Amino acid sequence: MSARIHPLAHVIAALARGISGVQIRWQGCVPEPRQRIYFANHTSHLDFVVLWSALPVELRAQTRPVAAKDYWQSGFRSFLAQKVFRAVLVERGAVARSARDEHSDEEPSHAKGFAVIEQLAEAMGEGDSLIFFPEGTRGTGETVGEFKSGLYHLAKRRPDVELIPAQLENLNRILPKGEILPVPLVSVLTFGAPIHVEEGENKHEFLERARAAVCSLHRKGDAR
Amino acid sequence: MTHSAAQFLEFLEANGGFDLWILFGGVLALLIVSSIVGVILKQSATSETARRVIDNLNARIRAWWKMSAIFALTLLVGKTGSLILFALLSFLALREYITLVPTRRGDHRTLFWTFFIITPLQYYLIGINWYGFFAILIPAFAFVFIPARIALAGDTEHFLERAAKIQFGLMICAYCLSHAPALLILKIPNYEGRDSVLLLYLVLVDQMSDVLQYVWGKLLGRHKIAPNVSPNKTWEGFVGGVATATLLGAFLSWATPFTRWQSARMSLAITVMGFLGGLVMSAIKRDAGVKDFGAVIEGHGGILDRIDSLCFAAPVFFHLVRYFFVR
Repeated sequence: MSARIHPLAHVIAALARGISGVQIRWQGCVPEPRQRIYFANHTSHLDFVVLWSALPVELRAQTRPVAAKDYWQSGFRSFLAQKVFRAVLVERGAVARSARDEHSDEEPSHAKGFAVIEQLAEAMGEGDSLIFFPEGTRGTGETVGEFKSGLYHLAKRRPDVELIPAQLENLNRILPKGEILPVPLVSVLTFGAPIHVEEGENKHEFLERARAAVCSLHRKGDAR
Repeated sequence: MTHSAAQFLEFLEANGGFDLWILFGGVLALLIVSSIVGVILKQSATSETARRVIDNLNARIRAWWKMSAIFALTLLVGKTGSLILFALLSFLALREYITLVPTRRGDHRTLFWTFFIITPLQYYLIGINWYGFFAILIPAFAFVFIPARIALAGDTEHFLERAAKIQFGLMICAYCLSHAPALLILKIPNYEGRDSVLLLYLVLVDQMSDVLQYVWGKLLGRHKIAPNVSPNKTWEGFVGGVATATLLGAFLSWATPFTRWQSARMSLAITVMGFLGGLVMSAIKRDAGVKDFGAVIEGHGGILDRIDSLCFAAPVFFHLVRYFFVR
């Protein structure tokens, strides 16, 4: 399977590993060849690459990032996203907008939001996993932002896959938003125990629980 | 003497000199003995606590094999090898230190300079034998550059703390440590071509002092020196470690430009400074709420945990040698 990985992806992954000096902790699960959605806090362009490179090589070929279409659409970014890392490019905010229209916990009926969830479910297909940043955009790293509803709708659409929370620490200090030169500090990546949408749990409750799961993996255990 | 033995001796003399190889032999013997002791201890351990201490001891010994091999190799490569090794150590130590110290978004560019410009430049200056600039790059130029660059970034929150913490890290990890390989540019009369032996002497006495303080502390340690800073540092460990490492230093005088008595005093300075370095870095770790700076060296913690004593001993030893032995 690893033949599917673009050679440049390995180079970038090795660089990211070196710069971020990442220590990987599989705290609530082990790396397994099963369909998963890894969801993490988002503070840096390195987030996806570090998380991806933390997976064993045989899992990498089957793990794709979800990225914002508006940002990763053109030129070199597009090449990186689509050719090198096989990103699933989605329209940002489409799900949220449609859900707001409906004021409902049900699947978004608004055409665009629905299409995005369908697109993700389809991209996963039979064997692929996704790397997902439910905040929707990079934050400063001081707090973890509110989760957008996409994670909930995708979890409802694909109840068969495991949702794995992950905490990326210090990457906001290594390559923060708006900088192009990294400062090579040591980062930590912690994978937690899988979660699912519980019976009778509404969208808000689930998203809060998912966010809390990511926050709880911070080593200092503070409510970040 | 047979022909091949003579060739072998010639080879040693041409690659580092006899003194260096005799010291390597000594270190090798020490490593073999401690590995054997480690195995014996492991078999005799009965309680769970004893087993844990001995497992940690054996992990440390394994790491010592690797560290000794790397250090020996770079010494044989010569000045460039040592400079690359110590530059890398500075870089990794600084990385561990800055990771632990809270910095803000506005420090990003300053930190980039610290890691990628100032630290490599410090070692480059040793490489081109520019002592005058080497001695002032960080205490004078980087000292004023760092707060200026942070001020330009515009974030005044905890300004003085942030500037001071970066300055301190650069001083300890880059400036202080770089004085160890800087021994290689000292022109000591009647000691030409043997500078790498002096570097090995410094590292050997300093690290053996750490080891002996640990061993004496484990065997006899009762009275804690600074229980709030480090529960493992005891008067028994300190006195025993300093005394035995100083004795070792005195016996190594044949490899140095010092007389036996001078060598003992130099070793005393190295060991006491090393102890203080360990104590200061423990205080920083305690303040930050961690036990170690990292986990890259099995059993030891991080790079900075291993070289904290050297960071304090190197500049003092360097200047003692420079003041008293270089005319």
